[in-house]
Amino acid sequence: MSKKLDYLDALEAEAIYILREVAGQFDRPALLFSGGKDSICLVHLALKAFRPGKFPFPLVHVDTGHNFQEALDYRDNLAKAIGEKLIVRKVEDTIKTKKLQDAKGKFPSRNGLQTYTLLDVIEEFEFDACIGGARRDEEKARAKERIFSVRDEFGQWDPKMQRPELWNIYNGKINKGENVRVFPISNWTELDVWNYIKREKIELPSIYFTHERECVVTEHGQLMCTNKFLQLDGNEEVVIKKVRYRTVGDMTCTAAVESEAYKIEDIINEIKEAKISERGATRMDDRVSEAAMEDRKKSGYF
Amino acid sequence: MDLLRFFTAGNVDDGKSTLIGRLLYDSNSISTDIIETLTRQSKTTGTNSEIDLALLTDGLRAEREQGITIDVAYKYFTTDKRKFIIADTPGHIQYTRNMFTGASNADLAIILVDARNGITDQTKRHSILSAILGIPHVLVCINKMDLINYSEARYKEIETDYLIFAQQLALKNISFIPASALAGDNVVTKSDKMNWYHGPTLLDFLETIEIAETKKIEAARFQVQYVIRPQTDELHDYRGFAGKIVSGTYKKGQRVIVLPSGIETEIEKIELHQKEVDVAETDQPVVIHLKDDVDVSRGNSIVSAEHLPKTEKEITATICWMDNAAFIPGQKILLQQNSFRTKAIVKEVISKVDIHSFLELQSDGSMKLNDICKVLIKTADAVSFDTYSVNRGTGAFILINENTNNTIAAGTIN
Repeated sequence: MSKKLDYLDALEAEAIYILREVAGQFDRPALLFSGGKDSICLVHLALKAFRPGKFPFPLVHVDTGHNFQEALDYRDNLAKAIGEKLIVRKVEDTIKTKKLQDAKGKFPSRNGLQTYTLLDVIEEFEFDACIGGARRDEEKARAKERIFSVRDEFGQWDPKMQRPELWNIYNGKINKGENVRVFPISNWTELDVWNYIKREKIELPSIYFTHERECVVTEHGQLMCTNKFLQLDGNEEVVIKKVRYRTVGDMTCTAAVESEAYKIEDIINEIKEAKISERGATRMDDRVSEAAMEDRKKSGYF
Repeated sequence: MDLLRFFTAGNVDDGKSTLIGRLLYDSNSISTDIIETLTRQSKTTGTNSEIDLALLTDGLRAEREQGITIDVAYKYFTTDKRKFIIADTPGHIQYTRNMFTGASNADLAIILVDARNGITDQTKRHSILSAILGIPHVLVCINKMDLINYSEARYKEIETDYLIFAQQLALKNISFIPASALAGDNVVTKSDKMNWYHGPTLLDFLETIEIAETKKIEAARFQVQYVIRPQTDELHDYRGFAGKIVSGTYKKGQRVIVLPSGIETEIEKIELHQKEVDVAETDQPVVIHLKDDVDVSRGNSIVSAEHLPKTEKEITATICWMDNAAFIPGQKILLQQNSFRTKAIVKEVISKVDIHSFLELQSDGSMKLNDICKVLIKTADAVSFDTYSVNRGTGAFILINENTNNTIAAGTIN
């Protein structure tokens, strides 16, 4: 009797299996790429799943206009380096054409508006499956979502009508107009992702590592880097800190954490010691209510 | 470090969520912001304990409102010895399908018994489902020991009762642990109130249990998920069959048979992460190249030439009906086994399994939500399979309603 696979090998094998199921079951899949560590891992896994062939899907980025430049540069360089197609659609354009109300407030998050652009790009290219880097350990509503998560014509998730998902048999059959969101790294935790990045020597945008930044302190004590998108009133406490990002989302809703970590090993140690969860530490968008994520998912978000 | 997948079945009343909460909480797997949220919620829901650990696992608004677990939730924790994936499943009979789902790929079942009540219908139901799903290990956790004064006699009595009941089930390995999830006895820390118990705590048990990997000694099974054909100038003739090794090992030069066509050929090359390897093991995602230019497509199997699976158009199976709509005789369906999909029809409902006694009852031909039945299925294309008790990887399938696209049943081949 030989030993079971190492846990990272097991997680990797599961993710590759899921990616290949997407390729086998769908006509027009897409990989949603944000420039964050989780979607960077997805691209790495796709290389393992499909090389020496081309990806059976393009990379799609919904650009909120509030992204970190480092993440955008990384995105463009990566697409070029691997020679795969990149489709970018901008929330800015959706706001104009659909005459939407832009986000307001001190920290104007376009998180909700992003869903419009996402649904539009799905319709434009008739995508039937969208691969995303969401993980179940991130948030309690995500913990309940299937790996193949069926969305109706409006992109909505219905948690009470989910298909049973057994063994590793994935049912991706849908009607025209519906789409499936696929989450190959559902079973990975934040720490697993970092251990995998370390093992595979995956390069990341520089903002994941320590750097000096001017930040304002929010009422919850979070550090938001000063940038042109924030609507500050001038009464905020401004500090210069050594920080890094634990997640890379929009500059308007992602907080930095104080850190001296400049190597992946340091980051791994920090996470092991961390007393606050990934989204709790960095996301303002989940603080709205207990069911913030569940509600966003129901309306078509990831 | 390896990965252990286990599931717990039960209701809030049995202390299931409290037990999971305790495992996560005492192993420092919960962050302070989440504890804060819980403390706030616990005050609103009005439970007595400081933090209602059950709230940790109930992720949906409807679950929190009703104080019940409706769907499977996945929880993760890691110790120095292992990574754990918990499928937290509801225990009520009306959620049998959810339990079936969460349990399907588990290595271990934790069956919770309330020490005051002993073996109940629910215990039996969960054990029978574990037996049908071939879960390699069953841990009976006799909980709420604090409410029976940590009585050894009562514990022994429940243990004996369970073993008598379990005789009829083909459960492979059964273990027992007396615990109190609420008080924390024998979950992560050893209880000082049960000196008569010399076994491991629950966490010790989970960290050290050897999961019998019988798969490794099974015959070589591989199913094609996707054909890689770069069609570039330099890789003009490259045609690789991508998939996961379901069981056994594959070697370069090995004689194999392609199914269902039955053509024999040889493995020319195996690639793992774009590197050529001589041998590949169970669960590894590989690309296989065959020596001869044979017709192979998605859903076809490439198997050991020495030990063939059955390839048939009629199978008998035990299925759990999962659709809200009842079975309609003659209904056209799809059968999916890993990546293989074919049209199918349920020809006959042979019997209905009573999930409290494990007896086979005469069937009236109907199947409704949560029913477990033995059926005869006829398929359009031949299925290559082993029986589920021999190989969980090739003996399992789902049934899909062609019209609604819903997964309507899950089955194990007999």
